[in-house]
Amino acid sequence: MESTSGTGFFTDTTLCIGCKACEVACKQWNELPSDGFDFSGNSYDNTRTLSGTTWRHVSFVEQMNVGASTIQDRWLMMSDVCKHCTHAGCLEACPTGAIIRNEFDNVYIQPDVCNGCGYCIPSCPFGVVDLISPAGDSRHAVYNTATLREDRGDQTAMQVTGGVAGKCTLCYDRQTIGFEPACAKACPTESIQFGNVAELKATAKQRVENLQQRGVDAYLYGVDETGSVGDLNAFFLLTERPEAYNLPPRPVLPSTHQPAAYASAALAVGALALIGTAIFRRAR
Amino acid sequence: MPGLGTSLGRGGATTFLQDLKNSDCILIEGSNFAECHPVGFRFVMEAKARGAKIIHVDPRFTRTSALADLYVPIRSGSDIAFLGAIVNWLLQNERYFKEYVVAYTNASSIVNERFQDTEDLDGLFSGWQPGDDRADGTDAYDPSTWDFEYDEVPAAQGGGMVKVLKRDPTLQHPRSVFQILKRHFSRYSADMVESICGTPREKFLEVCELLATNSGRERTTAFAYAVGWTQHTVGVQYIRTGAILQLLLGNIGRPGGGIMALRGHANIQGATDIATLYDLLPGYLPMPSTLRKEQTLAEYLQTNTKATGWWANTPKYAVSLLKAFYGEAATAENDFCFEYLPQCTGDHSTLPTTIAMKDGVVKGYVVMGQNPAASGQNAELTRAALERLEWMVNVDSYETETASFWKREGTDPRKIATECFYIPAATILEKDGTMTNTNRLLQFHDKAVEPAGESVSDLWFIHQLGSRLRALYAASIDPKDRPVLDLTWEYPHEDERERKRGEPSVLKVMQEINGFDVQSGDQIASFTDLKSDGSTAAGGWIYSGVCPDAHTHRAKNRTGDEWTSLNWGFAWPANRRMLYNRASADPDGNPWSDRKKYVWWDDITQKWTGVDVPDFPLTKDPHVAAKPGAGGLDAHSGADPFIMQLDGRGQLFVSDELKDGPLPTHYEPLASVVENQLYTQQSSPALREWKRRDNRYNEAVDPRFPFVLTTYRITEMSGIMTRYVPWLAELQPAAFCELDPQLAVERGIRNGDWATISTALGEIEVRALVSGRMKPLRLGKGRRIHQIGVPYNYGSLGFATGDSSGDVIALSMDPNVSIHESKSLTCNIRAGRRAERRRDDADADVAQDKRTAEGESVAHGID
Repeated sequence: MESTSGTGFFTDTTLCIGCKACEVACKQWNELPSDGFDFSGNSYDNTRTLSGTTWRHVSFVEQMNVGASTIQDRWLMMSDVCKHCTHAGCLEACPTGAIIRNEFDNVYIQPDVCNGCGYCIPSCPFGVVDLISPAGDSRHAVYNTATLREDRGDQTAMQVTGGVAGKCTLCYDRQTIGFEPACAKACPTESIQFGNVAELKATAKQRVENLQQRGVDAYLYGVDETGSVGDLNAFFLLTERPEAYNLPPRPVLPSTHQPAAYASAALAVGALALIGTAIFRRAR
Repeated sequence: MPGLGTSLGRGGATTFLQDLKNSDCILIEGSNFAECHPVGFRFVMEAKARGAKIIHVDPRFTRTSALADLYVPIRSGSDIAFLGAIVNWLLQNERYFKEYVVAYTNASSIVNERFQDTEDLDGLFSGWQPGDDRADGTDAYDPSTWDFEYDEVPAAQGGGMVKVLKRDPTLQHPRSVFQILKRHFSRYSADMVESICGTPREKFLEVCELLATNSGRERTTAFAYAVGWTQHTVGVQYIRTGAILQLLLGNIGRPGGGIMALRGHANIQGATDIATLYDLLPGYLPMPSTLRKEQTLAEYLQTNTKATGWWANTPKYAVSLLKAFYGEAATAENDFCFEYLPQCTGDHSTLPTTIAMKDGVVKGYVVMGQNPAASGQNAELTRAALERLEWMVNVDSYETETASFWKREGTDPRKIATECFYIPAATILEKDGTMTNTNRLLQFHDKAVEPAGESVSDLWFIHQLGSRLRALYAASIDPKDRPVLDLTWEYPHEDERERKRGEPSVLKVMQEINGFDVQSGDQIASFTDLKSDGSTAAGGWIYSGVCPDAHTHRAKNRTGDEWTSLNWGFAWPANRRMLYNRASADPDGNPWSDRKKYVWWDDITQKWTGVDVPDFPLTKDPHVAAKPGAGGLDAHSGADPFIMQLDGRGQLFVSDELKDGPLPTHYEPLASVVENQLYTQQSSPALREWKRRDNRYNEAVDPRFPFVLTTYRITEMSGIMTRYVPWLAELQPAAFCELDPQLAVERGIRNGDWATISTALGEIEVRALVSGRMKPLRLGKGRRIHQIGVPYNYGSLGFATGDSSGDVIALSMDPNVSIHESKSLTCNIRAGRRAERRRDDADADVAQDKRTAEGESVAHGID
């Protein structure tokens, strides 16, 4: 839909080698704890999902032929992240004003304002936002950076705040000093590109054209969208339908359901009033 | 290293990662490039973006395969059959680069009459001697029948007759290397590939066509390999086959071509260059040995100086090294202290030394940056060996399974007599120094933070060890203590604070390696300045030029460009980024094509020029003829690009340096699920094995072990270093195996559950990752085989833990470099945990046990 002058990510899945450097760089820079050491059995994806403490997540999609098919085997890899939507569900739902659109046009959660109400969580059409577990929760943060620093006697570093909502900040702190976000910096194959969204879109469209000429079924997800969420400031180049990557094919803002919801609520109120009146009348 | 060394001249990658982007085709085999070298893989991706074809040949469909244009499955351990068949295809279909082959390889050399091929002797070359016939009692080749044939011609200078190689440039002579090569591989056909390697015929032919189409004057293909080619009992010959192919295709020394040897660790190249190997001195000078006649300096130089080629310079490098070691004590009169050097008396490499520890022969052990008790082969034998030591010193950044072997699960520390010392080591960010990467590129890194706690740099430890030993011997007048006392050992740090705590100066160490003039103390600019009279000193001649004067450290250079980046770091030798680059021009000195221009002869300046440092005498005219009887490079013509070699050519046929044959031959791994289809000789006759109770291994075609087992590393885990990092540990948190869905169903193994892998040596339990990426292979019309993969990064310590693959891998070795065979083994697999674990586990799933009962009886059968 409308173009923005803000910053964002272009994640080109055809260049992703699944090294997860983005996940590690993100956790290191943002001082996020590990989420536990559980073997998932789900391809090479032991991270499973984005969470309050995992802001980049590489998903692995195996499309392997079992029989003697002529279709080429594929192992798709995609580094998922907060989409920084044009119309962000989390921002709409936040009752405290903790979630804002910052000067880079990124959707940003202010941890010191967030009260941990969690309204933003179901409001995200992509399931990105999550609460950061309070410190001491044994299911998470088995051994996190804070304890590592404690071992080394470094008391100066700050700790991740527990009990508030967490997601990708687009490395707000790095951007303010002219650095690109940690994940884009660490990506060895430029699968993750950071920059001005309008410029990224131009690059991406050219890349799609290039790939299509070579017979690759590539398209952009989150560009020129007509849905209620609008364009995504972190958009993707995909070669499979969105569902394959666990992305909604048509993301919808929860607020778009509001008129209908109000209507049905009004209807219900009306019906109840009628019933009430009827009962009242009969009783009288 | 000798795979590339014997074929081309130097034991290093012939090219550099950045140049891969100029390739028209990249064959990745024996390497999981994307996973294990993700940063270097960006240049493969760049080549792909420019339209290059990426081929990945591998037993598993990996992240590299996912990014390749063509994935080609192969049975682990059968690469020589695969590559040999490409050689055959190129020769039969005349798709090799003929002008290159005739001019730049030894294809035209004639081999002497006594040579017999494996085709004549059913899998053996001539010269095989069983141990009974030999003085040392071991089976081995006598390579004398592999020699070439020579002509007698008048010497170019000084009169008299001299021997020169007999050649047939038409390549038609039946005993020419070309014809021998053709016969040697004649039975390596596409059908044979299908039945030996399990590779579908059409995939194999597609590879052949891609390689041939993308090689020649206008186009080039690069090969990339890693330890998937080296860790075999015929590992060196794997690399030889790759080198033969690249020579036939005319891809060595040319942009977008070459062989990219991807090293397993950040500084492996540096470790071999400055000699952590027992049989090498710095700069690839051989360690003196009692097995050869080299008990005096004269004898040593006699043995190791070649009449022709670059190694005619050996005396300059050997004497300069002795001067660097022993300083003023080294004089012409005392053979420059040559007798101070220890002499090899046999194979002192890691595996035989570990066995010697177990047998009580070796009593002390200094382990630095290595973890053999977890990642070593036959890890249990290793741990038992550690228990028999009198003392062990462990220097590491982490507490490894080796450091803590004495308190491991199931042991009683009170019963272990080994006195153990643990020295915490500084990590890479906590010290200054250089690393030499896979490009042969030296790069300096600065200390970023102070070492944690009591950690010290490895250099500090080594230097202190030496200093304290010297102090202990200081009063000695015993001549046998002179080697310690005469050592040059002063490297005072420039910074006072560092000096106070005894930290040596890495700059001074590098300056000594670079070399200097003894009289003036001035740094030398190049190894061409080194002399054999004791007037120069250099601790590692191949690095000469890195510190050419007192103020310059070229490993600190940081000016890059889009290609050769000659001002970024320093590449040995002489800052050349691509080796043998004279071959990027035709024999007349002109680029083979405008598209593949790199180094060429400039008629006006009468010099070699181009985008890199020419790997050739700078002013040697391409048309100058070889001078018969002359020494060094004068024996080569102006069109012989492989300056390290005796004849200046790439060696398709290696006449004497390898212990397992002059040509690569397909042998099955020591443990294989099939018989050798090409020869009666099952596995390499020259491989080394230990038949003993504590090293039981699977015999060939043992029905108890019907599956192929291969081991590897993954991006997220390298070993102990990564297991302690929570961010990495959560990404691959447990030891696992990969197997195909069909096998999983047959064995009742569910994805994510426990599975136990067994060999004659033992068993390990790991989590099962059932994936269609693992595919059963059909060997021709014959049987179907399953391959099982196990990452070898795990151990009992850290956050990501699990059994070590080393506990199911028995010791065996290649005869040339003593490398173990960890890439191609056999095993069995069953559902559930290993026996003792199940007994311990009160929550053991009874139903699961029932399912594994059948598999267990197989496992019990092992003993």
